[in-house]
Parts: sequence; C-alpha cells; structure tokens
Amino acid sequence: MKRSELLSRLLVITGIILAIGAPLVFWTRTPLIHARMAENGGWNPDVIQAEAGKPLHLKITSDDVVHGFAVGQMDVQSVDILPGKVTDITLSFDKPGIYTFFCTRWCGLNHWRMRGTIEVSGSPSDPEPASPPLYVSLNLDLDAPHDALSIPSQTPSAIRGEKLVGQVPFTNYQSLNYYRANSPYQAFTDLSNTPLTESQRWDVVAYIWQSNTTKGSLANGKGLYAQNCAACHGENGAGDGVFADDLVEAGEASMQSMSGATDMRMQTPVDFTDPKRMFGASPALLQGKILRGGMGTGMPMWGSIFTEQQIWDLIAYIYSFQFEYEH
Amino acid sequence: MELTRLPLLKSALKSRYPQLAVFIVMLIGYIFAILAGLIGTPVGSHNFSIVFVWIAWWAILILVAVPFFGRGWCAVCPIPLPGEWLQRGAILAPPDKRPKWLNLRVPKMFRNIWLQNISFLLLALFSSILLTTPNITGIVLAAMLFAAIGLSTIFERRAFCRYLCPVGGFIGLYSQTAPIELRIKDKQVCVKCEGKPCYNGSQAGYGCPWDVFPGGLTKNTYCGLCMECIRTCPHDNIAVNLRPFSADLAKPSNRMDEAFKAFIMLGSAMIYAGVLLGPWGMFKDAAYNVGSSAWFVYAIIFLAIIFVILPGFFTLALSLTLSNGHPSPTGRGVGVRAFASLSSALIPLGLMFWVAFSLSFVLTNASYILAALSDPLGLGWNLFGTANTAWQPMLTTILAPAQTLALVGGLIWSARTAQKAANEVKVSSIPVIVYSLIVTSIMLWLLL
Repeated sequence: MKRSELLSRLLVITGIILAIGAPLVFWTRTPLIHARMAENGGWNPDVIQAEAGKPLHLKITSDDVVHGFAVGQMDVQSVDILPGKVTDITLSFDKPGIYTFFCTRWCGLNHWRMRGTIEVSGSPSDPEPASPPLYVSLNLDLDAPHDALSIPSQTPSAIRGEKLVGQVPFTNYQSLNYYRANSPYQAFTDLSNTPLTESQRWDVVAYIWQSNTTKGSLANGKGLYAQNCAACHGENGAGDGVFADDLVEAGEASMQSMSGATDMRMQTPVDFTDPKRMFGASPALLQGKILRGGMGTGMPMWGSIFTEQQIWDLIAYIYSFQFEYEH
Repeated sequence: MELTRLPLLKSALKSRYPQLAVFIVMLIGYIFAILAGLIGTPVGSHNFSIVFVWIAWWAILILVAVPFFGRGWCAVCPIPLPGEWLQRGAILAPPDKRPKWLNLRVPKMFRNIWLQNISFLLLALFSSILLTTPNITGIVLAAMLFAAIGLSTIFERRAFCRYLCPVGGFIGLYSQTAPIELRIKDKQVCVKCEGKPCYNGSQAGYGCPWDVFPGGLTKNTYCGLCMECIRTCPHDNIAVNLRPFSADLAKPSNRMDEAFKAFIMLGSAMIYAGVLLGPWGMFKDAAYNVGSSAWFVYAIIFLAIIFVILPGFFTLALSLTLSNGHPSPTGRGVGVRAFASLSSALIPLGLMFWVAFSLSFVLTNASYILAALSDPLGLGWNLFGTANTAWQPMLTTILAPAQTLALVGGLIWSARTAQKAANEVKVSSIPVIVYSLIVTSIMLWLLL
C-alpha cells in the first residue's frame, strides 16, 4: 500500500473515531439533570445522592419548556431552567436526610408532580426533638366536612373589629394557640356571649386573625401563594387558576393510572373565597391539608417543601381572601 | 469562460488532497451532527444537528451553493464517502480491476429520479418533526449514510446519490440554472479517445461515480462535480466553465420525472410557506402530529397539491395553448412533451420560491448558530463565548423586500425560460407565464 493511501486511511479513521468518541466521552462525563414536563417524565434522575458538609454541584437542563429548580425547606433561591441551556447550581447540606427538590414554574398541567429527592448521607447529628404537627396533636380529621353553619353578611373587617375589642375579653382570643386551633366560625360562636351584634362579632374575628399575623408574614404568604398555589386555586383564591378546568378534565385518568385506585376523583381546586368553607376551617386544619395534600384530589403535599413558618404565613394569607385587613 | 485555465484552481482540482481534506472535515461534521442529534439536547434550537443541518447548511445550500455552484454541495457531500471508499477498497489508490462487491447495475426501471422524488416527499411529509426534533434528524442522517453504504456494496458507482438521495434530486434539477458547468472542451477528442477512462476509470482515477459519460454532457443535472474525470482524462479535455445563468434550460428536458420534480419543489415551497411560516396553528398542529388523522388529511392535501392541483392547472393552461392555433398531429405525444418541456419554466421559479421561503426562516433563526457553535451538544459549554447569544431575528427590515425581489425575479426568469421552452415545442408561452404569475402571487401572499 502506498504511503499516501495509508496516511489518508489513518486520517479518515482518526477523524471518524474523533467524531464519534469525543462527543460520547464529553457526554458521559457531564452528568446532567434533565427537566421535562411531568407528562414526559419529570426530573431525570429524580433521586440525587449527596454528602452532608460537602458541596453538591448540579448541572440542570430543560428538555422542553422553562422549568424552575428549588429545594424544599432550604433557604436557596429558586433558579430558572431554560430549554437547551445548562444551569449550574451548588447546594450545601448541613444535615443528612432526604430533601425534596421541585419545579417552581407552571410548566404544565402536572407541574406539581415534578419533584425529586436528594438523599444526603453523613453522620447523623444529635436528633432534634420532633413534635407532631398541630393538626395531629389536635387529632383533626382533615377530610371531615367543616363548613361554617353561618356566614357574615358582609366581609368582616379587622379595622372595624379593632374598635370593638374593648367590649370583649380580647386576651382570651389573642393567643396564637387559640388562633391556630379554632376556626373563624368557632371564634364567632365563642363571642356569642358578648353584647356584640353578629356583624360586629365577625369584625372582631377578623381582628383576631389579623393580630395573629404580621404584614411580613402576609407578604411572604402572598409570594408563596403566587408561586405555588395560584396556578390551580387562582390568583384571587377563587379556585379558578389557569390549570383548574384542565385538571378536573384530565386529572381523573392520570390519578387512576398513578395509583390504580378507581375511587379517586380530581376535584375542582378549593375556592378560598367561599366563606362557608373558609370560616369553618381552623389554621391547624389548613396546615394539615397543606402538609399532607389532598390525597387523590389533585392537591399535592407540601410538607417536604415548605417550612413550618412558610405554611403559617401561607395560611395567614389565604384567610385574607375572607377578611378585610389593615393595609 | 474556462475556470480550469487558472493554474491554481486546475491543480487544486486535479490533486486529490484538497478534496480529501474537505471530505474529512465534512465527514467529521456529519458524524458529529448524527451524534449530536442522538445524544445532545432534545431542544432543537440548541442542538447542533438541527441548527447546523436545517439552518446553517440549508442556508448555504439554497441561498449560495445551488444558485451559484449547482451541484457544488455534491462535490463535497460526505454521505457517499464511506460507501464509495468501501466499494473501491481504497481512498486514494487506483481502482482494482476486479470489483470488490456485487457491483450490479441499477435496474433500468430505477434509472430516473422518481425514487428521489419519493424520498424527498417522504421527508417533506415528516418535515415538521424532522426539522425540530434532534433525534429524528440524527436517525435520518444516519439512515442516509447507511443507505449510501448499503447501495455502494450492491450497485456500481454512487447509486445513492444518483437515484435515491432526497436532496440530490432537486439540487440536480436546479443546478441547470447555475453559472458553473463541467463540460468537455472538444467533442472529437472524446470520440477518438480509447477506453473512455473518464467513464470506465484508469490508473489515474475512477470511472465517473455519477454514471455519466462526460463526452455526452449537455446539462448539469446528473454531473456531481466530483472532478474525477478531470483526473482521469488523458487528453486534458475536461473544463469547468463559468457561463450565463440557466444555460441548460435553453434546451429543456422532456422527462416526466424531472417535470414532476419541478412541481414537487414548487408545491413544497408553497405548502411550507403556508404551514411553517403562516399564522394557521391548525395546519402546524396537523403537520406536527405525525400519524394523527389530521396529519393524514395534511398528507393527502400535500400530495394532492403537488400531484393533482399544480400539474392539473398547468395541464389546463397547456391545453389552452395546444387547442388555440397549435393543433397537434400526434395528440398526446406532443402534449406530454410540451408538459415536460414547459415545466422547465418552473425550475427558476421554484428555486426562487425556495430562496424566498428560506430567507424567512434562516434570517429568523440564524442567531441560534452562534449559540449552538459554542455549545453544540447542550452540555453547558461555551467554547467560543457565544453560548448565551440571545435569539434575535436578523435583517428584518430587508426580509420582505428581498423576498419580493426573489419572487419577482423568479417570475421574470421563469417567463424567459417559458418563452424558450415554448419555442422548442412551438406553442405559446403565455398560459405558462400566466400560471407562473398566479402561483407567484399566491407565494407572495403566503410569505408577506
């Protein structure tokens, strides 16, 4: 064989090996986390291993639409994951455990199913004393009907209520424990032995609810609500979010395929502007519903994502759909 | 003007090394595009295979290579190379006397461009997902490579390029308009030449891979500009010439496969302009949802426009001509010849339709090229610092005028071609010019 032929064969073979080998090598050495709409697989991988005390570098890309990435119960700013682009993020975990990461963009009908876990290993530190959530301590049945037996004829006003507190033993109601354990309707009932009219009692209830939160909490709750709840429950809490109708229409079949249970029914997202429902629900009950989720109704569980304080902030904001607070 | 008189160009064409260097680069790029399609990001606008094949390559092909160099792309196309090298058993070495593989002649019934028409239409019907889905593009590119290899082991020469390549068919058709040609210098030299090494091969090189005898070349259609005959001709009788545009169309072909290729290309450009660039979401959905009932309706309409509506109205126009002072003594024969010949008027028109259509999506999407260049696989690289280039349509102010110019220019070019073809078959060119005017108006409406 002539040298020129040999050389050209070598060049061609080298070129082909390079063209095939180089991309494959780089591809296999760049572990990417792929985000896809839940219908197309969600996160891949959806389980990530990490070690406590060691930084975890992640490269995340979206294979379809804009997604977001955040880790539940961690003070980490969520980042956008753009289609075809790679987002680098570094996380650090102080304690071992299982953390939930989730999508923060309304990427599709099943957006809320886009979750994965980060399993952080390491020597367990001293276990922190765990206390059960309030709804467990109170032994509440989260799925029992809880409608208020009567509702106000006008929106209860904390501003008006504040002027009336002198006429009631307000300190009985001002405590956080009372607020969290009782529904507005219960408070309204408890106020029945005062000289106030029904309308005034509702105003005082509004003031009790306002006095157990802060403007900061409400603002934080509003932000959390807009990012995580409004897609289904609607920006104004009316249960008419952009996904609401589609969820009911498409959700039932997908719920059945998820668990095999045929008695599950996707429900229309709860209407927070419905006074019967809201005045009959205590903060502890709402905490349970948020922590646990709707169990087959389409309402996701948020216990692994929100911190306890975030949930209380969110609840405080949800009540603001019913009460007129001081701005 | 004979370009091969330029010593530098001539020696570059005679030597195998410059072409081999280009081949290797193209082959690496092609294989990389396949892999990028298969393993890179599924987001088409950021994947090398989509961006470099359907935006960059297509822009170069339809806006530069075909109009100015005819089959210039075929001269450097990497698809037939592995098969051809396998077939020859060598890359540069002189051919063996005994063929290494089956070396069959392609059956006569397939020695036309009907298979190329079909393969183009197959891709065209799936174009919405092909143009946007990297792994489909990767699979199609790989399939073409393996088809070329397979055919090279069964048939002689470049059977894939000549008879199956979905792109080669229209490049060949439109190459007739290009100002470049490869031709012999003196016919008598070829007549007297013993052994015809340009066709049969010799120690100096291989017989024409495109199964063309250069001595009989009168059109660009089937000459792949591989330059092999320049190397094998013992009499230095092959030249590459610069010539006026569309010189080949002075004597139009009367082949029906080529005539229908002209309709396929014309119709496809119009349908794409409507479906891919138009405001009708319903059509886009139908084209994208391959296999759905809407897609089948889309496919039927697509084929009906190409095979029934466009040729039907063309035939109607011709029948007016033939029955108006041009009676035909042999009836159908003249009609078919007139149909095939006058359809050559649609060649420059179709080319300019494609230029106008391509300007739209190429200028709109060209900014993706920079991003994909720096991060071809979507792995987060930034090789040239351009990975984060934002999508930005380019030259938007000149787009509509450029498209209008292309279409109006195409219409004038088509009218002149129609006049020449009409003279050949002795009929009036007016109905064909009116036909061209109507389809150009529709295309203008679709694009603007």
